[in-house]
Amino acid sequence: MTHVVVDPVTRIEGHLRIEAEVDGGAVQDAWSSSTMFRGIEAILKGRDPRDAWAFTQRICGVCTTVHAITSIRAVENAIGAEPPPNARLLRNLIMASQMVQDHVVHFYHLHALDWVDIVSALSADPAATAGLAQSISDWPLSSVSYFTGVRNRVQQFVERGQLGPFGNAYWGHSAYRLPPEANLMAVAHYLEALDWQRDFIRIHAVLGGKNPHLQSFLVGGMATPLDPDKQASINMTSIAFMQGLIRKAKTFVEKVYIPDLLAVASFYKDWAGYGKGVGNYLVYGEYPEADGANAPLFLPSGVIRNGDLSTVEPLDPAKITEYVTHSWYDYEAGDGEGIHPSLGETSPNYTGPQPPYDRLDIEGKYSWLKAPRYDGLPMEVGPLSRMLVAYGSGHPRVQELVGYALGQLGVGAEALFSTLGRVAARGLETLVLAEKLEDWLMELADNMGRGELEIADNSKWDPSNWPEECTGAGFHEAPRGALGHWVHIKKGEIARYQCVVPSTWNAGPRDAMGQAGPYEAAIIGNPVADPEQPLEILRTVHSFDPCMACGVHVLDPKGRELVKVRVQ
Amino acid sequence: MSESWFIEELERRGVSRRDFLGFCGVMTSVLALPRSAGAQIAEAIETKEKPTLVWLEFQDCAGNTESFLRASRPTVADIVLDTISVDYHETIMAAAGHQAEAALAGVVEGKPGAYIAVVEGSIPTGENGAYCTIGGRSAQDIAREVCGGAAATIAIGTCAAFGGLPAAAPNPTGALSVADAVPGVKNLINLPACPANVENLVGVIVYYLTFNRFPKADRYKRPLFAYGKSIHDNCERRAHFDAGQYVEKWGDEGHRTGYCLYKMGCKGPVSYQNCPNIRWNEGTNWPIGCGHPCIGCAEPDFWDKMTPFYSHLPSFPGFGLHANVDRVGVWATAGVAAAFAAHGFVQLGKRWMYAKADESAAAKGAKAATEKKGEES
Repeated sequence: MTHVVVDPVTRIEGHLRIEAEVDGGAVQDAWSSSTMFRGIEAILKGRDPRDAWAFTQRICGVCTTVHAITSIRAVENAIGAEPPPNARLLRNLIMASQMVQDHVVHFYHLHALDWVDIVSALSADPAATAGLAQSISDWPLSSVSYFTGVRNRVQQFVERGQLGPFGNAYWGHSAYRLPPEANLMAVAHYLEALDWQRDFIRIHAVLGGKNPHLQSFLVGGMATPLDPDKQASINMTSIAFMQGLIRKAKTFVEKVYIPDLLAVASFYKDWAGYGKGVGNYLVYGEYPEADGANAPLFLPSGVIRNGDLSTVEPLDPAKITEYVTHSWYDYEAGDGEGIHPSLGETSPNYTGPQPPYDRLDIEGKYSWLKAPRYDGLPMEVGPLSRMLVAYGSGHPRVQELVGYALGQLGVGAEALFSTLGRVAARGLETLVLAEKLEDWLMELADNMGRGELEIADNSKWDPSNWPEECTGAGFHEAPRGALGHWVHIKKGEIARYQCVVPSTWNAGPRDAMGQAGPYEAAIIGNPVADPEQPLEILRTVHSFDPCMACGVHVLDPKGRELVKVRVQ
Repeated sequence: MSESWFIEELERRGVSRRDFLGFCGVMTSVLALPRSAGAQIAEAIETKEKPTLVWLEFQDCAGNTESFLRASRPTVADIVLDTISVDYHETIMAAAGHQAEAALAGVVEGKPGAYIAVVEGSIPTGENGAYCTIGGRSAQDIAREVCGGAAATIAIGTCAAFGGLPAAAPNPTGALSVADAVPGVKNLINLPACPANVENLVGVIVYYLTFNRFPKADRYKRPLFAYGKSIHDNCERRAHFDAGQYVEKWGDEGHRTGYCLYKMGCKGPVSYQNCPNIRWNEGTNWPIGCGHPCIGCAEPDFWDKMTPFYSHLPSFPGFGLHANVDRVGVWATAGVAAAFAAHGFVQLGKRWMYAKADESAAAKGAKAATEKKGEES
């Protein structure tokens, strides 16, 4: 038995450590640990609830819109503010463009190097590469001279002898299986996607002033004025600019991302047999198509147990609990209890080894993440969950695309419950949303044309119009999955704030019952050809798109000093 | 293969040598350097071996990393970044685990005093460093070793520069800035903002590579070329402030017309950064441009001092002009000494901000502040 430690897990947001027992060429057991903690919810206590979106937004700079959106929804829910239709459309545009951009960056810049061997690309024949590229897509950058240029550029980079971020990696590992031409095509698109993401995200600069950390969110609406006859508002020039970006994005997803995804997947079909994980899927649902509390959602909510696509249960947030049995916190009622987030109780209690350390105490507490459970069960959240719930709920476009992808790869529906299924679902979701973005933009333009320019519910802006005491919850589907914020407001100030975030669901440790979290469960059974180079573990962990800074939070409901702060 | 490689690379990417020299000229004007420096920058970029840079992430959100990926002036800025060998950066590097740590150790041990360290995120000191560990080591331990051996350190983003969000009251983890967590670190420059604008990062790196020193900085170690003037002084809505034309409600006529956001809580008058000039995302827009007040994100302790974000400045305790904002507007509308009133207000605001910041800096044992800031406007 070999004990493998991967720390840091790179190409993710934040700090993640994986420990695994490897025997007989496969992972026998695994532990996922988050090794960073900031205490943002404690910092929020006593502050103006209208500021909370900016604080929580800084939980993550990669999914830079998600906590801001969820926070304003939670506060609006508490104080009874009702954002107008234009605010809903502006938010849908911001959220969905975030999803599209983030998923493309994940595929090419965070995940691709687990499947693509850059060094192998050097031996590719540019003519054969052009043939391959043209056979899967009519994307114009597919000529022999183009791929010759990319190969020469990589060649020169390597010959200079300074490999920078590509140094010391697993190049040549036996688990890399793409032919040199596919590797070269993927490297070319890695570079193109780097330009693409920078260009497309300018839609956030129009809608939010800047990216990362857009600055147009408001409790009750959005701060982006709309007026077709004003220079300082979103006007028709802005609409045309955004329309151009959206169409370019859709073309890139259709002609580069999806063909690449299917091409790469076709060489790794055995990964449809690894990385299933817990097999339970939870989705809050997203993209309201109308206003008010029970508006229909473009991507539906629901819960699937044991991979049973025929039964999508309605979601009941009251069934969510969090455990700290193996997390560096204590509960007053004892560490075996599960507590609902609205009553969230968190007192840090670090019992791990003193740094520097080699091993975590995996029998005891071993992570800064809690372990959320739904009806007592671990749940996977994220693109795969959303696509499965949409598929099981009869979403026509999702059903069509899932059927197409399975057909192209020649695999059955069971292939969805895997590392490969997770990667494919992310791509399909990107396409579904890239196609949808223009509808919301046109709806916004129509409203502007009719003179409907309202962007915020100003009636609840002044805290003197709020109840003396109120509570609220906000839900969102972030790129990495189901996100919820719970807020308790007293006399215009935050009394309690709690977040249960996607990476807590997915990357959390074991619970009181000993059930492994989704990462842990998904890694178990993965092949590992060389414990010194655990490339296969990275494949499955990255398929979840870890975002660890999001996962760690704390609020002490009693307001006592959380820790002794030693100022040097 | 240095010089010809670079020119060939430029040409392959459709950038002529002339375009490149033009870019260097732009950089000299961004950095307010003499024109001759343009050639010097070009020479530095073309002929030196790729300098090594390591990028550390501690209590961060990766927002500055994302900003780095948005490097604007696309083609040429991309090359400038390509010209640096980024040997360690957790978010983008291919290697993981002990291979990643070996890459970092290779730089620290193999190139002592000859690499640039970039730090993103604050550094927690509570719980003996257990609030942030990488490879089992505490952030502070890593920062002391890596920054201690670097030729220069760039603290990018407000968390690394000033402690930022994790250090906001009550600072649950004992989070510190790089300057406080690694006392005596040499050649430190701060690029605060939440996140920092990549144009300013590129500017600092080019400056450093050209002159082998950092640009002139203010008392907070922020480069003057990027943080030397207030948002307010360069704001496109300044004329509306002077004319007493303010946004009163979200979406009202004034908001749609682009009136001043001062009454909605704008912190532009006490915030120093070049957002109004260089804007964001390839010059597409900036927060005030999209209708939201500035939150002062490049100022020390802004999470505590600039909040509540939607309260206008005179409501700050100790400001001395409480309840006078409407009168400032009335004076201005009446055309009476508008500029004087505004200027006096800014001076007061600055004095307050820096007085408060000095208290905080003194409490942390930071170096005594100079009065350089007061000379700017």
